[in-house]
Amino acid sequence: MDAIVIDKLSKTHRPAWPWQQAVTTLHEVSLSVGYGEIFGFLGPNGAGKTTTMKIVLGLMRATTGTVELLGRPALDVDVHKSIGYLPESPYFYDYLTAEEFLWFYGRLGQVNPSDLQQRIPTLLAQVGLTEARYRPLRKFSKGMLQRIGLAQALIHDPQLVMLDEPMSGLDPVGRKDVRDIILGLRDQGKTIFFSTHIISDVEMICDRVGILAKGRMVTVGSMDELVNRNVAQSVEVICEGIDGESIPLVKEVAMRVLQRGNRCWMALPGQQRLEEVLAAVRQAGGRLVSIIPHKGSLEEIFLERTSQRT
Amino acid sequence: MHSLLVVAQNTFRETLRDKILYNLVFFALLLIGASVLLGTLTIGEQARVVNDVGLAAINLVGVIIAIFVGIGLVTKEIDRRTIYTILARPITRTQFVMGKYCGLIFIGGLNISIMFSMFLVTVWLSGSTIQGSLFQAVELMLVEVLVMTAIAMFFSTFSSPTLSAIMTLGFYVIGHLTGDLKRIAEKSKDPIAEGITTALYYICPNLELFNIKGQAASGIVVSVDYQLATTFYGLLYAALLLVAACRIFERRDF
Repeated sequence: MDAIVIDKLSKTHRPAWPWQQAVTTLHEVSLSVGYGEIFGFLGPNGAGKTTTMKIVLGLMRATTGTVELLGRPALDVDVHKSIGYLPESPYFYDYLTAEEFLWFYGRLGQVNPSDLQQRIPTLLAQVGLTEARYRPLRKFSKGMLQRIGLAQALIHDPQLVMLDEPMSGLDPVGRKDVRDIILGLRDQGKTIFFSTHIISDVEMICDRVGILAKGRMVTVGSMDELVNRNVAQSVEVICEGIDGESIPLVKEVAMRVLQRGNRCWMALPGQQRLEEVLAAVRQAGGRLVSIIPHKGSLEEIFLERTSQRT
Repeated sequence: MHSLLVVAQNTFRETLRDKILYNLVFFALLLIGASVLLGTLTIGEQARVVNDVGLAAINLVGVIIAIFVGIGLVTKEIDRRTIYTILARPITRTQFVMGKYCGLIFIGGLNISIMFSMFLVTVWLSGSTIQGSLFQAVELMLVEVLVMTAIAMFFSTFSSPTLSAIMTLGFYVIGHLTGDLKRIAEKSKDPIAEGITTALYYICPNLELFNIKGQAASGIVVSVDYQLATTFYGLLYAALLLVAACRIFERRDF
């Protein structure tokens, strides 16, 4: 059983006036997220990531399709006891102090007052806001708001955490802190579903990735599967004592050849003809310095898949 | 019920920390105090003037809070997107709307109680008798605030703050003119005008029923039957509007 099961989810926004056209923002989106996974939901701006998350959380109704969370229908309000959510660019009640704010969300999440008294200082320390415990949120910076937002998503110790662009507005230290928190949550056995358009965040921490473009799922898979399966690997070869351009096989096979004095750098499109090229280099009196295989990056996959939809 | 109370408590705190509220209450207290001075300008009517001005000030501020704070409560949550994190919790939309309503009603009731207490102290200090009719008047004011808050909440569940304000104020004005509407409908020879005025008469609440300030200021006590029937009418009207507001809110996309 999976923590999130999205089956053929579509959303068509009804027009406000009869002369306007209906707009479909999601087209039969299907994906599943296993328990204990960190799932990265990637897509360019306007791809439909936030719409999908809103439907999953019951903030928006799907036109067709179903969503199950933790084995129950997403529209069952009780399942929300086990879900934490941080929206994109959150705005919170600025008249509350950090402690009051977490207390409010904790009580809404049906946490006992005695548990909250212990949990609030722990969470504030976890997100680096201990000093700001009694400060009203109106005096918080954007990064601090993002941190307190993350704390409210975790205050009721949810099993499933959904984060919409959790790293936006954070400096490099803050981004690392959030990544560490997410990894810590996985270590506790939580399931994390987070949307972003920042690929490096996904590459660093996600187990599986889904790419959405123009409201359609274009790829879902584990990081290893995606990177190895979808993009041809390239191999970087560096040799000494030859002029690469003068070897016919190198000219034929290499995608690019650069000569820096005695040293030749060449990029080959995969490993298929590597042995042939190395033999030709040796035959020409050259000496091998290094071979560096390059895996395709998630960014390449992202650009390739999303550009097919534009 | 638990979630409803948590939202109500937060709404109460939110409104309590709003400076506008204090300004309005201060304004009402100033008016109540000034009524003593106004009373001294009249001969033999001081008690009546104090009662008139005091009750009017309480009514005005109570209704202003109900309308303008009531409109903002739900729309602010949507505009600022705080509603996302709330509805992602184990709370139904009906509980959210009702929590907001209860929080505002509580603050409205508290304000009216404070203003009324100050008013009674003023009456007592001015040497007049505190009459039972004043309590009747303030009870119906409270019911009017319940109705006006429900109207404001109803409109704010599906329209913009500006439109909600216009519609709620429209209901308030028409609600105090329903008697005239009925007379216009009866005398109108144009069937369309008659239809519109009749429809407005039945749709809008008859808010004049809650207005017994004139009698109360003169010490005239209304019957218990009238008091109960009018209270029941107000509660029923507010309840129907809240049911409609919750139904609309349940269907909304955010």
